[in-house]
Amino acid sequence: MPAHAASRSIEHLARWRDPALLILIVLAAWQLLYWYAGDVALTPPLATFAQLGDMLLSPRFLPHVQETLLAFAQGFAIAVLLGLAIGVTLGAHKLTGEVAEPILVALYSIPKVTLYPVILLVFGIGMPAKVAFGAIQGIVPVSLFALNAIRNIKPVYTKTARVLRLPPSRLVWHVILPAALPEIVTGIRVGFSLTLIGTLLGEMFGAQRGLGYLLLQAMTLHNVKTIMALTTLLVIAAASVNAVLLAYERRLRERT
Amino acid sequence: MRRATVIRVAVLLVAVAILEVLCRSGVIANLTMIPPSAMIAGLADILRSGKYNADIAVTLRNVAIAIALSMLAGPALAILLNRLPTVRRILDPLFATYYAIPVYAFYPLLMVILGLGDAPQIAVGFLLAVVAVLINTLNGLDRMPPVLLKVARMHRMGWLEIAWKIRLPFAAPYVFTGFKLAVAYAFVGVIGAEFITSSRGIGYEISYAYNNFDNAVMYPMILLILVIAIAVNMSLYAWERRLLARRTPQ
Repeated sequence: MPAHAASRSIEHLARWRDPALLILIVLAAWQLLYWYAGDVALTPPLATFAQLGDMLLSPRFLPHVQETLLAFAQGFAIAVLLGLAIGVTLGAHKLTGEVAEPILVALYSIPKVTLYPVILLVFGIGMPAKVAFGAIQGIVPVSLFALNAIRNIKPVYTKTARVLRLPPSRLVWHVILPAALPEIVTGIRVGFSLTLIGTLLGEMFGAQRGLGYLLLQAMTLHNVKTIMALTTLLVIAAASVNAVLLAYERRLRERT
Repeated sequence: MRRATVIRVAVLLVAVAILEVLCRSGVIANLTMIPPSAMIAGLADILRSGKYNADIAVTLRNVAIAIALSMLAGPALAILLNRLPTVRRILDPLFATYYAIPVYAFYPLLMVILGLGDAPQIAVGFLLAVVAVLINTLNGLDRMPPVLLKVARMHRMGWLEIAWKIRLPFAAPYVFTGFKLAVAYAFVGVIGAEFITSSRGIGYEISYAYNNFDNAVMYPMILLILVIAIAVNMSLYAWERRLLARRTPQ
């Protein structure tokens, strides 16, 4: 059916219209800001992308990217696994959850940057400190969202499962996990952003390698070109992963 | 007190006591962490001597300005975006990614635009805090039951009056969630900026003490920030409870 196909392709185009508009707006604002503030403050979009391209091709730059990716991957894995373990345990056991939730909320709302010297003293300068700094930022949101996801499962689901005499393993796999997944994915998405920022902060304050270290070095030397290129790279990377997770989350929510 | 509260206080006290024993017995070296009792005593000394009063005042003032600005701008922008659904739909991905952007990287830019004083630090705190208020307020406004708006229209209320008397009060619990996050983010922004480039403020003193292995100053200062942040959060919580007490349960 041609009419149907046409309307579908228009829908398809419309889905890309908004992100494209957003990118255009950001680029335009960026260029305007450049005309206003000048070379001391920032570089224009085109020059920044050129600089970023040069950096990505330079063999000295890639080890820093790898270093940050490695630190981030470890921190994120710890944040997700430990966060889920804490959240699911607290969500499944009512009293423990009541005891621990305000503590988690308080941990979520304290400024964790202030703890960076403590982390450095405990772990020393280098990889473990960066991983720890990323992980402590990410664990709390992942566990808080998982806790609420498990707690807010409609009682009728578990009751139905009991009526059907589902064994615990199938209860978890077929009922609890699908019901809690959208909320858990939201937590993982928030945790992703915070772990990334935590890893970078860890690199800014206590490391000799990695993108955060390069960023701080460029800031100290007032090397605007490098600052802009690095920030652009980080924003693009964070935005892409975030968009994928957001799309997955929407699909999960539509299902229910 | 409720049972959960009692257990929670007990758990926290036991944790602090264990930390105290570990530090006193030397399992945790004093170069790594000083005992909690020493942190409290050190904080009392610092506050009594007044040596760091100027730093504390600067940081608290900058944080307070950042919080106040974000508490004004956040709900106002949210009301505006709620009225402009197209703009909001386009900007949504930006909000979702916002907290993965290292705002500190824009510090040099902010310094060129705002000058060398405290303004760039306040701006970093504000930029981090305002979006938390904005996102949460929008989330609350989205849940507006249509019947309230119909009642407002029956009373021939104007757009601003509806926003002020119906929309914002309805979204209050969400706005307060945003406010509480804004407090944390304002501290993160201002103190982080002080860590990186500053010659005064609590953040500067912490990083100075860290570089000199001066744990007797560093830990009390960290404790001070945590205590203040938690106190501000708890007073917001009390304010929220008072506002919501008027509301009949739905």
